[in-house]
This record gives sequence, C-alpha cells and structure tokens, in this order.
Amino acid sequence: MAKVTVDGIEVEVPNGASVLQACEAAGKEVPRFCYHERLSVAGNCRMCLVEVEKAPKPVASCAYPVMDGMKVFTDTAVVRQARRNVMEFLLINHPLDCPICDQGGECDLQDQSVAYGHDTSRYGEPKRAVKDKDIGPLVKTVMNRCIHCTRCVRFSAEVAGTSEMGGTNRGENMEIGTYVEKALTSELSGNLIDICPVGALTSRPYAFVSRPWELSKTDSIDVLDAVGANIRVDARGPEVLRIIPRINEAVNEEWMADRGRFSFDGLKRRRLDRPWVKRDGKLAAATWPEAFAAIAAKLSALPGERIGAVAGALADAESTLALKDLMAAYGSANLDCRDDFAAIDASRPDFFRFNTTIAGIDEADALLIIGADVRREAPVLNARIRKRWTHGKFPIGFVGPRGVDLTYPAQHLGEGPAAMQGFAETLKAAQKPMIILGRGALQRADGAAVLAAAWALAEQTGALTPDWHGFNLLHLFGGQVGALELGFVSGKPLAEMLSGGVDALWLLNADGFDPARIPVGTFVIYQGHHGDAMAARADVILPGAAYTEKDATWVNTEGRAQRGRLAIFPPGEAKEDWRIIRAYSEGVGKTLPYHDTGAIRARLAETSPVFARVGDVLRGGCADTAGPASGATTDAPFVLPIAVYHQADVISRASDTMAECAAVYGPAQAMAAE
Amino acid sequence: MALSDKDRIFQNLYGTQPWNLAAARMRGNWDGTAAIIARGRDGIIEEMKNSGLRGRGGAGFPTGMKWSFMPKQSDGRPSYLVVNADESEPGTCKDRDIIRHDPHTLIEGCLIAGFAMGAIAGYIYIRGEYYNESIVLEAAIAEAYEAGLLGKNAAGSGYDFDLYVHRGAGAYICGEETALIESLEGKKGMPRLKPPFPAAVGLYGCPTTVNNVETIAVVPEILRRGGAWFASFGRPKNSGTKIFCIQGHVNKPCNVEAEMSIPLRELIERYAGGVRGGWDNLLCVIPGGSSTPLLPKSVCDDVLMDFDALREHRSGLGTAGVIVMDKSTDVIRAIARLSAFYKHESCGQCTPCREGMGWVKRMMDRMVIGDAEVDEIDVLDNVTRRIEGHTICALADGGVWPVQGLIRHFRPLMEDRIAAFKARNTRLAAE
Repeated sequence: MAKVTVDGIEVEVPNGASVLQACEAAGKEVPRFCYHERLSVAGNCRMCLVEVEKAPKPVASCAYPVMDGMKVFTDTAVVRQARRNVMEFLLINHPLDCPICDQGGECDLQDQSVAYGHDTSRYGEPKRAVKDKDIGPLVKTVMNRCIHCTRCVRFSAEVAGTSEMGGTNRGENMEIGTYVEKALTSELSGNLIDICPVGALTSRPYAFVSRPWELSKTDSIDVLDAVGANIRVDARGPEVLRIIPRINEAVNEEWMADRGRFSFDGLKRRRLDRPWVKRDGKLAAATWPEAFAAIAAKLSALPGERIGAVAGALADAESTLALKDLMAAYGSANLDCRDDFAAIDASRPDFFRFNTTIAGIDEADALLIIGADVRREAPVLNARIRKRWTHGKFPIGFVGPRGVDLTYPAQHLGEGPAAMQGFAETLKAAQKPMIILGRGALQRADGAAVLAAAWALAEQTGALTPDWHGFNLLHLFGGQVGALELGFVSGKPLAEMLSGGVDALWLLNADGFDPARIPVGTFVIYQGHHGDAMAARADVILPGAAYTEKDATWVNTEGRAQRGRLAIFPPGEAKEDWRIIRAYSEGVGKTLPYHDTGAIRARLAETSPVFARVGDVLRGGCADTAGPASGATTDAPFVLPIAVYHQADVISRASDTMAECAAVYGPAQAMAAE
Repeated sequence: MALSDKDRIFQNLYGTQPWNLAAARMRGNWDGTAAIIARGRDGIIEEMKNSGLRGRGGAGFPTGMKWSFMPKQSDGRPSYLVVNADESEPGTCKDRDIIRHDPHTLIEGCLIAGFAMGAIAGYIYIRGEYYNESIVLEAAIAEAYEAGLLGKNAAGSGYDFDLYVHRGAGAYICGEETALIESLEGKKGMPRLKPPFPAAVGLYGCPTTVNNVETIAVVPEILRRGGAWFASFGRPKNSGTKIFCIQGHVNKPCNVEAEMSIPLRELIERYAGGVRGGWDNLLCVIPGGSSTPLLPKSVCDDVLMDFDALREHRSGLGTAGVIVMDKSTDVIRAIARLSAFYKHESCGQCTPCREGMGWVKRMMDRMVIGDAEVDEIDVLDNVTRRIEGHTICALADGGVWPVQGLIRHFRPLMEDRIAAFKARNTRLAAE
C-alpha cells in the first residue's frame, strides 16, 4: 500500500494504482474521456491532468503510478487551466450540434464543458469534417463528433475480442473506423454506444427517438440469455425505448449482449393482447371468463395424470411455481421445463448450474468447452472468459463444430462427445480446471450420457473438490434455471407427453419445440406473450406479460435469483402470468394460497433456497462427487443450439431490428436467379 | 582553434574512401574491440560517464547514465539495444552520412554499447527514405558477420550479439523512442506513456535502450582514446565533438565534425563559407533542427554552439542541424512551413497536439499574408503554450517552439504584415 495525499486528504491505495484511482479514493472527481476502468490505459485525452509535487509538468493521472508519500493536487490554477485548454482543443473541431445529437443530456463532453468550457470560441478556422462510417444496423456513427479517445478501439480489441475498430491516418486526419467499411461482427457491439463519451457512436434504433430526461428508468434483468445481465429499461409511456446495462461486478460487469439490448421493438409486435379460444377449428377472440371456462371445462373432465404442463425459456419463477401448484391441485405431476428436450438431470442443483460462477472464471486455470458456442449463447460470459484468457496461462479446449470463433484461441479437440477426453491431461495439470457444458449438447438422444460423461471427466480431472466446483452447465435463456430450481421436472417427460401421454397440455412460454409434434387430439393451453408458432397450435391462448412488463424473479445460469421490475404495462388485456394462473385457480375452486407478490415470493423462498437469497449466489465446492446416471454416448457430432443469434427467442423473432441484423450477419442469401 | 583532423572521429564523413570493412580497419575501426569489451560493463559505462557524452539525438541526456539504468541482472527477460536511425528532423542529415560513408563506426559502437547494457541483440531502425543507406548498412553488417565481428563470440570478445536493420515507413513520430519501439513491434507508431521507461519495459516488453546513431558511433573511439580525450573538447558538461549540418543561405552547405561550444559565427564562416552576402546579410539561424526556436542575428553574433549556451537563449542544440536564413527570407512563411510539417506529422494521440497543431498551422498561414488581427498574435502564442508540455511525447513541444521563437523575435514584422494587409484591403473596400 502507498500513502498518497490528495488535496490534503491522506488515502492509502495499493502499489501500482494510478494517481486517478488515488484521487477517486480521496473522493476527488477527475474529469476524463479516454480512461475507462475496464480498458487499458491510453492516456491520450489529457483531460485528467493533475499536479504532482516535484513533477515539472502536469501529469496524466490515469497513467501515472502512485508512489509512497506522493502529494497530488487536483484543484490548482495550473490544473484548472490545463483542463480548460484540453476542453478548448476538443471543442474546436467538435461540431457543437448538441441540439440534434442523441448523446445530448448524457454526454461527457457536454457535462464537462459546463465545468471547463469557454463561453466563446477563439477558433475561426474551418472545422474538420469526417465522413460517417457504416458499421452495421446497430451502431450509428457521426464521426464529426469523434474526439479520438480510442475507447471503442480498445473495447473491440480487448473486451469484445474482435479487433475491428482502429484509427487510420495520422494526427488531425485520424479517423476511427473499420478501415474497410463493414458491419461489426461482435455480439457486444452495443456496448460501444455506452463507452463512447460523445455522440460519435450512438444507437441506430434509438436515433432521434427521445431524450434521456424524458424516460422513466426501471432496473431489471435481461432474460434473453442465461447470464442475467443487470439492465435498466428506459420507457416513455407504453413503449420501451431502449435498454442499457447496469453494473454488477459478479454478473455482467457493465456489458450486455446485443440481442438483449436491441430486440425490445419486438415487444410491440405480434403480441397476444387478448385471450383467444378455438371454436370450430379456428381461433376466435374471447374474454377472460370465456377462456377460463373453456379450460375448466376440459381439465375438470380429465384425470390428473392426463394433464401436463411445460414451462419454457422465458417463464418467470413466480408463474412457474403457480403453474406447478395448480397442476398439483389437479393431481397432476406431469411437469417438464426442458422444452428443448435437453437431457438435464434436475435431481441435484449442481447438475444443472454454472457452479464455478461467472466471477469464478477469473480464478480458473484451464477450461474445456463442450458443445457450446459461448460467444453466441452468452456473449457477456464469453467476454469474461476472454478477460481471463488475456491474463495468460489459461489453456482452453473446445469440443464442437469446426470453425467456431470464440474470440480467443481454443484447441479444437473434435466434434463428438468422445473428443472431450483429449483435454483430460491439461485439466488434470491445472489447479482449478473448469468444464462448460452447453445446454445444446444435451439436446440429443444420448444427452443424459453426455451429461454423465462430462461430470465424470470433471471428477476424474480434479474439477470437483470440496473447495472448487468446476462443472458448469451453460443455459440459454433467463427462465430455464428458475424452473429447474423449482423442481418443474417430474412425472412424464415432455417426449412422453407429446406421444400421447397426456390429453391436455398447459404451455407456459414454451416455444422450444416444434408444435407439429403435439398430437392432434391434445388440448393445448398456450400462455405467453408472443404469437409465435406455438400460439397458432393452441386451443386456448392466455395473453401474458413479457419480462419488461411484470415484477418477476429470474434465475441465471449460476443459480442467482434476480428481480426484474415492471417498466411498462402489458398491452391490451394481457396480465402478469402468475396472476392469470391464480385467477384461474380461484375460478375452478382450487384457489392457490397467495394473492399478492409478497406471498408468492415467500412461497418461492420456501420451495427453493435460491429464492431466499435474491441477487446472491452460494458458491462452494462440490460436496458429493457422485454423478448423474451414466449411459453410452454416440459419436454424433455436437450441433449448436442457436442457429441465428439475432433471432433465438420469440421477442427477437418479432423484432425488426433483429431481422435486419439477421439479414446482415446471416448466411449470404442465394441469388434470385439461381 | 579549429578541431584538427586527427581528433575527428568520423574519418570518412565525406566518403572520400570506401565504406567497407577493409577501409574501415585502415581508419582504425574495429581496433582492439575485444580488449574494450574485456574492460567489463561497469568499466565501459564509467568511461562513458567520464567522457561527458550527451545523447546526440536532440534531448542531450548523458549517455553513460542512460546505459546505467539497464538492469544488471536479467529477470528472465532479454535486454535490447535499439539504434534510432529515423533521422527525420528537418535540417538534419548527419546520421545519413555516418551510415553511408562510415557504417562500421556505428556497427562497432552497437557491439560495445550492446555489451555495456547486457543486450542480446540490437535493432537499427532506419527511416524508410534512407533506402540506399539501408543497403550500405545491411552490406556492412553482413561484412561484419562474415569477419566474425558480430554473432557468436563477436569480435573474439566471448560475447554473443546480433544486429538487425529495420526500415521504417517514413513517419517523423517514429523517431520518438517509444513510438519507434511500437513501430518496431509492428504497430502504429504512437508514443507510449512513460513511466514505465524503456529501460524497464521497452521493446517486446523487455528492457531497452534507444540511442541515436551518432551517439553510438562515437562510442568506440571514445573508449579507444579515453573519456578524458573526448571531454577535452568544448565546455564542461557540453564536451566532445559533434557533427553539425550547416545549410540554408550559406556559401558551402556541409556536414562537419567540430568541437562542441564552437561559436556559431565561427562555425558558419570557417566551415560553410560564410553567410550568403556576408555576415551582415544574416537574418536568423535555427540552430538545432526545425524544432528549436530561431535565433536572430543579434544573438547569432556571439552565441556558442552547445546545449547550455543555446538554452540560455531559449533555444537548443537539438540535432545540430543549423539552418541559416539571410535577409531575403520570408521568415514568417518559413516558420509556417514548419507548422504545416508538424501538423502533418502529429500522430493524433493526444488532444492538444492533434487539434492544436492544425489550429497553429491555419493561423500561421494567415499570418504569412497578414490576414489577421494584431491580438491574434497573442492568441497564437497562447495556443502554443497550451499545447506545450501537455502531451505524452515532445513532438508537440518541438512543433510549437519555432512559432514561439518567431513571435519572440519577429513580432514587429508580423504586425507590419498585418497592417499592410489591412491597408491593402481597406483601400480596396473604399474604392
């Protein structure tokens, strides 16, 4: 530790810390543009200059290491003047088009010019003009506004791992861009918008839509992948206008994936906004009582074991629990939350959790990825792996299709389950080895055997010890783990339900399988928010709320329960999902024992301890190394579960933005003439 | 007292003899190299300190001290010597003549300097425009390898040392030591933040010392003749001999090796045939390459050419590229041209330099024709001071000093030009 005096305030900071960090520790704000906590230090904007005793010139505090006994001054005439100077230089070639700039109101340059700007400009020469670049459908560029801080360059090279941004030319003529103009290929490209301190990189879908002070801001959770990134939903009236990440060091640091960020326009399209009932083979609009009556008439005529319920990718924990309780009231134990047929063993939580935890990746020293394209299934988690890899001494093996670019080098071991053994020696040599098994790797006939083989490999390579749990299952969506934690796996599995095992199916956000697999005679209740393929097959449609429209609990792949909050109201007659089930239960005389959010959350906490520690995750070693039931694996190569990253869920399939992305990033379309 | 030929280190500066190894040996190069190395690292560094040699690249940092910053014990990383042959300072062409006519002084210097700092290899970063020079240098290095003077057991010293030539692509900024290292690593030539200094984290993250060509090339001769011999020239702390590049409005532009602290007037009149039209026709002199502020004739009359004397007159010795301008010169236009150069060569990393150089250049362009207000001269001066000292490297400082020098010494001329412009344009408006 080094003792540093900042403006007379003595602070202790670790050796090797920067002067800027010392200033922050002392509570002194230092303006900056190029410095970013999670990126390498560039030291080029010169805004953070401070005076250090005995230094001949003002020093860039972001890049200057502290020394014991150092005296720093952040508020002297020299410092203030230096910052005014830098501000003047930044502004001479900046267009000052704040009134039409989307960054207005949340622009670092704007804010700091209030403190350090001049009232008039001394610059009378022509301003620099830079051609705008087309870098894809998500990020809009206005390069005149660029102040060359190179945060975007460093972000794409260091965090995203796609070195696509860079500076061409020199000096005043330097331009930030992709050199050969092209769409950014990163799934984290939206973060460029957040880190750009000015309006050079802004959100294309959000262009000219709103001002930040007009938005109501609601803290929530991203459920479009299983990372559970903490987000803020910005809405105005009935519309979500943008989604941006919040900081949570243990989960997403401060990044989020593009699908979660940009697919919200899908919340306005193809919505189920009223109940529907099938009459004479055709779906007809109905009222809630009519819909409930149609369901009650069918279910009351069936014995419990002929009724089944399936919870899907985007089902929240409250409604999953309510559905489970309702099924129990009907005497049915036929529950399955594996609507993608993944052979997950729900008998013990550590068989299906990401046990190492996301923050735990930082400690691991070897990694084997089995059948998971982590980059597309969990982009933020992938960035965490990349961060660990950049620190060195982190061998990574990959089993799965060839040609998968994970943004870090991974040894390709093979395409089928047998290949995972090829990394055993490396894992054994490591102190804290990690195995990430993709949920997609279990969506096959021998899925249970793959799970068992991966567990066995973890055990045999020392990944399962009393103080280190190196077995990890990577899920795909925010609703999947919650249902597993609630034990929504019992009775007849989904495959059996679909082959005549039940006569009525209650599908809660279950869009994971092909509707054509449901037998013709089965009565289908679809509860969800989007009119995707599954809704068309339903006999009764109950319109539910999307994740931005309800107070709900979500469990991420680690088993971390987090609360999403209502940002806008559900459209039309749609209702919060657990209340639909609760209302139905009351109508059929099987009233569920909770009538407000507090009560159902208390019931959640009773059912699984995960819900008693919201926001937190219990991390520990592996107490019991006995694995799931084993079987014989086949040699069939793994197939990745997400074919088109931008259209992997019902919300993004309804989104125009995501459709445009899919067209830009998807496989090249065949020419019409062919 | 002029420097006698026997005390000149560069015996073949004018290319009167072949550059090759045989001829170099006749001139005394590679004589007793193994014996010099046998003195050990500390012995060599001590001798260098005694010689008082200061870096010849412009900043004038004591060479012996610079070498002593290199780690004595390796922590597992190798050390490197990098020779800066990216001689891009306008008005400077001394390294070029050393390389093309006397390359073995440099190569022998590399071996000794490399040994003194424990380097396993040396890289000579030569500017891209020096194509012919790089051919000569490569050939000379090949000769040296052939003769066993480089490589394993170099020159019979028992020390292994490799030497490589790397050609730059013609950016002025790549002459800045950390930008040079970046460029050598294959990246865009942009200066690095200091600390860490290259002696701790340099080329490929390893301890590195970057020296100018002339600094390295004089090393063997200093060690052969002794530091005291070298220190006997010039004033204390400014000792030694130095190659001056004299050009501009002189009768015989030339490179010449002379002793330090020679009076500027003597330098010009003895070696360069005097100012065109006589000494009284002198307007001003830029004493040390384009970055150093100009000196008006009144100062030139008796100033000495060394680091400290020139600093007293708020200029500098720099690379000792002496640019002489007589009274036919439009000095405002001359300095405006330099501003355009620095605007073009700014790497664009730091805000003050990137944005400020263009501003200065555009104001200077108006000053040339007088299209400005008198108080804009103050704005110009103020802008240069806002740039100076606020950036990562010293390019910005060097880029604004000429303008500051111009305003300091020729402000009345600038004001006259503005007045003339106004008079011309008011008359036009009135018509």
